[in-house]
Amino acid sequence: MPGFPIVAREDFSDTTFLLEINHPAMARAAKPGQFVIVMTRAKGERIPLTIADFDRDKGTVTLVVQAVGKTTREMQGLCQAGTGLYGIVGPMGEPSRIGDARKVVCVGGGLGVAPIYPQARGFKESGAYVIGVVGFRNRDLVFWEDKFRACCDELIICTDDGSAGIKGLVTKGIEMAVEKHADIDEVVAIGPPIMMRACAETTRPLGIKTMVSLNPIMVDGTGMCGGCRVKIGDRMKFACVDGPDFDGHEVDFDDLMNRLRRFKEDEKLAIERWSENCRQKALAETADGGG
Amino acid sequence: MTKKKTIRTIPQDRAPMAVQEPERRVGNFEEVALGFTPEDALVECERCLLCPEPACVAGCPVGIDIPGFIIKLSEKDYRGAYDILSEANLLPAICGRVCPQEDQCEGVCPVGDTLEPVAIGRLERWVGDRAIKEGWSSRPHIEPRKIKVGIVGSGPAGMACAADLAKAGCEVIVYEAFHEPGGVLRYGIPEFRLPNDVVDAEIANLKELGVQIECNTLVGRLFTIEQMRDEMGFDAVFVGSGAGAPKFMGIPGETLNGVLSANELLTRCNLMMAGKFPEFDTPLHLGRRVAIIGSGNTAMDAMRVSLRMGAEKVYCVYRRTEAESPARKEELHHAQEEGIDFHWLTAPVEILDDGNGNVRAMRCVRMELGDPDDSGRRRPVPIVGSEYEFETDMVVYAIGTSANPILGQTSKLKLNARGYIETDDTLATSMAGVYAGGDIVTGAATVILAMGAGRRAAQSIKEYLAIPDSEAVYSPLRNGPDGTLFGIDLAERNFARLRVA
Ligand SMILES: Cc1cc2nc3c(=O)[nH]c(=O)nc-3n(C[C@H](O)[C@H](O)[C@H](O)COP(=O)(O)OP(=O)(O)OC[C@H]3O[C@@H](n4cnc5c(N)ncnc54)[C@H](O)[C@@H]3O)c2cc1C
Ligand SMILES: Cc1cc2nc3c(=O)[nH]c(=O)nc-3n(C[C@H](O)[C@H](O)[C@H](O)COP(=O)(O)OP(=O)(O)OC[C@H]3O[C@@H](n4cnc5c(N)ncnc54)[C@H](O)[C@@H]3O)c2cc1C
Ligand code: SF4
Ligand code: FES
Repeated sequence: MPGFPIVAREDFSDTTFLLEINHPAMARAAKPGQFVIVMTRAKGERIPLTIADFDRDKGTVTLVVQAVGKTTREMQGLCQAGTGLYGIVGPMGEPSRIGDARKVVCVGGGLGVAPIYPQARGFKESGAYVIGVVGFRNRDLVFWEDKFRACCDELIICTDDGSAGIKGLVTKGIEMAVEKHADIDEVVAIGPPIMMRACAETTRPLGIKTMVSLNPIMVDGTGMCGGCRVKIGDRMKFACVDGPDFDGHEVDFDDLMNRLRRFKEDEKLAIERWSENCRQKALAETADGGG
Repeated sequence: MTKKKTIRTIPQDRAPMAVQEPERRVGNFEEVALGFTPEDALVECERCLLCPEPACVAGCPVGIDIPGFIIKLSEKDYRGAYDILSEANLLPAICGRVCPQEDQCEGVCPVGDTLEPVAIGRLERWVGDRAIKEGWSSRPHIEPRKIKVGIVGSGPAGMACAADLAKAGCEVIVYEAFHEPGGVLRYGIPEFRLPNDVVDAEIANLKELGVQIECNTLVGRLFTIEQMRDEMGFDAVFVGSGAGAPKFMGIPGETLNGVLSANELLTRCNLMMAGKFPEFDTPLHLGRRVAIIGSGNTAMDAMRVSLRMGAEKVYCVYRRTEAESPARKEELHHAQEEGIDFHWLTAPVEILDDGNGNVRAMRCVRMELGDPDDSGRRRPVPIVGSEYEFETDMVVYAIGTSANPILGQTSKLKLNARGYIETDDTLATSMAGVYAGGDIVTGAATVILAMGAGRRAAQSIKEYLAIPDSEAVYSPLRNGPDGTLFGIDLAERNFARLRVA
């Protein structure tokens, strides 16, 4: 078995899956807010994934992956329990500052639901009152409700269609929390840039400190390439070593979203070619089976 | 050995070295300089005057006994030549290819006063390549000791330190953040200048010495330097983590798509094989017209990689002139042959948007040279009103690097004002038992200096751990570049030779 053993896998939906990887040193070192860089195969690319959970006793770290493109779709097929990852390095990034905030809202949407979990737990462990706000498209996609309930004093689930929790976006969840509690010290939001921006705009007029976790395209994750640079106020920062957490009110989200489009054409080519290869292989297998 | 050699009796011209023709080589990643044939190497040896007090040895940062290895080579004692070389230089096949010889040994060789200097680098490379081909290594008898040393980073500094300590019998573990070892030799310097096979061979030699290499390990984050020393049982630690972080200029348009650092471009191409996308998953998305800012080795590599990746036009934008270009002369020359369009005395002031967040053009200003600055080079100053725009869809920054912040963020190591690790003359850091060397101490420098620093630190670590210095007959760095320790001996030997003749 190559590389780093995958000891468990769980599928939350047809696009989202969890991998538990055996790596005792990483489990010992990981802190909320940090991420890893993973390579599935020797010819693969290095992709960043947040450490969604870690178990120091078992010596494992957990990643939750959303299959959005070539690499993550391929992982969905290849990464089964009992197989291994070619490479995993980390934990990377500055850990989230679980400061002395006494009441926090932890917001996760889309691929940000799993990454917000260790922060919610971290805040809970530090004695804060934690309000969780997690967003999904519909009830079938909801996962980790029990884990969130265990570490949140209140949990607001938001779905686009209202099939679970409230109907609406996570920003509606934030508004509800803010209405109920006048003394919120901090909001932490993780998800697609568009969601994080909406969260930051919701809290800006209220003057509530809002941290977001940025997800620019990365290569090394060690501060060596500058591919992950983001605009924070009028400064340029490398998300992999200076972040990934930044003050949401200072982040230039337009810039981030533009930079995420950098390889759009190549990504399209990669997924098309990959899908075609998969189709050919499936055809060949059917032919073999038949003959 | 019949007649005394003089500048008039030696072959006047350098032995020719075959190169791939420019038109052909821009279409592939194969090596440009093909190396000497054995016959050429022997002819080139004839050009060495075997000076009694060889300037070249003093000019070599690690004090290689250059005439010594040249004598062996001319006697066709290739193994003997390799043994002499590898006493001072662990990576001759690499340094022979990438050292700035014109500023070092070849720059001071007296043959160069009238003719072209002895092609020391090419001879060194020839011997190094021969050693790889024959599978020679300089593995001495190793007496294992119960001493464990950890090395952070697998670039030339880490490799050299690891080799010396392994030879002294220590258990050595090298930790590397990337998934493959070699540092800049792997991700930075491209295949056509330094083939991966050569780097692989040197890594294999290290493993042969018993060095363990653990990739995918980000020290500072997975465990700290303090933990290595206090919890993981390392008796000493060497940090050779390189300079790393690329600099940008802070001009408008720097975050547009199509603007990237040379480090990113080179890593995508050399380490991640973007040239073979989509067989390999990492894309580059090369522009048609690529402008590279800077004119050092990194800039040359970025330009020549861009050409080979298929760019139609590659520009070099540099605020000084060709004379101040810090690149190795040979690389600059090769880049010129390959058709790079050099814009000397030019500085970028703004990168312009195509309206969709991509680079459309670059606005530049022409410069002229003013009074000398601290470095003694004339300071470029902008010519008022000379701004102009030129079209490009990719802009690559190769204007230097600054210190990588990770080890500073995660340890108590004392850093200097610029963020590099502070050391004393023995390369000891502020933490007992922790040594550092290479680019992370000096800022971006050269392979040979990083290697020399790794060896110097190994020597200091041996002293710190009271490991007897059994086989270090020769340690030029500790004796200064004048190399008195062996220099006397060598001079006498050569002297005798010349007299006899
Ligand atoms: C610090 C960090 C933490 C992350 N944590 C997670 C995580 O826990 N779970 C998870 O599923 N994903 C996470 N991501 C995003 C993940 O890295 C990308 O989804 C992945 O690289 C996409 O690769 P691909 O080849 O499958 O898709 P591609 O074909 O490369 O891209 C498909 C789509 O995904 C977008 N995309 C590409 N790269 C990124 C990126 N780095 N971030 C966001 N979108 C991207 C593209 O714009 C495109 O629309 C994280 C990213 C960062 C930087
Ligand atoms: C493109 C380019 C071309 C060059 N050309 C030449 C040339 O022609 N001639 C010449 O003499 N010099 C050249 N140089 C300079 C030369 O390569 C460097 O001076 C030399 O490699 C420095 O060696 P080093 O061992 O200090 O660091 P590096 O070679 O940078 O190696 C450091 C290694 O440490 C790893 N690392 C960093 N942080 C950590 C961490 N926290 N944990 C684990 N691992 C870590 C890095 O991933 C890297 O692999 C060039 C440099 C570049 C970038
Ligand atoms: S300086 Fe060195 S290489 Fe040049 S002639 Fe003298 S001994 Fe030979
Ligand atoms: S990913 Fe390369 S510097 Fe951040």
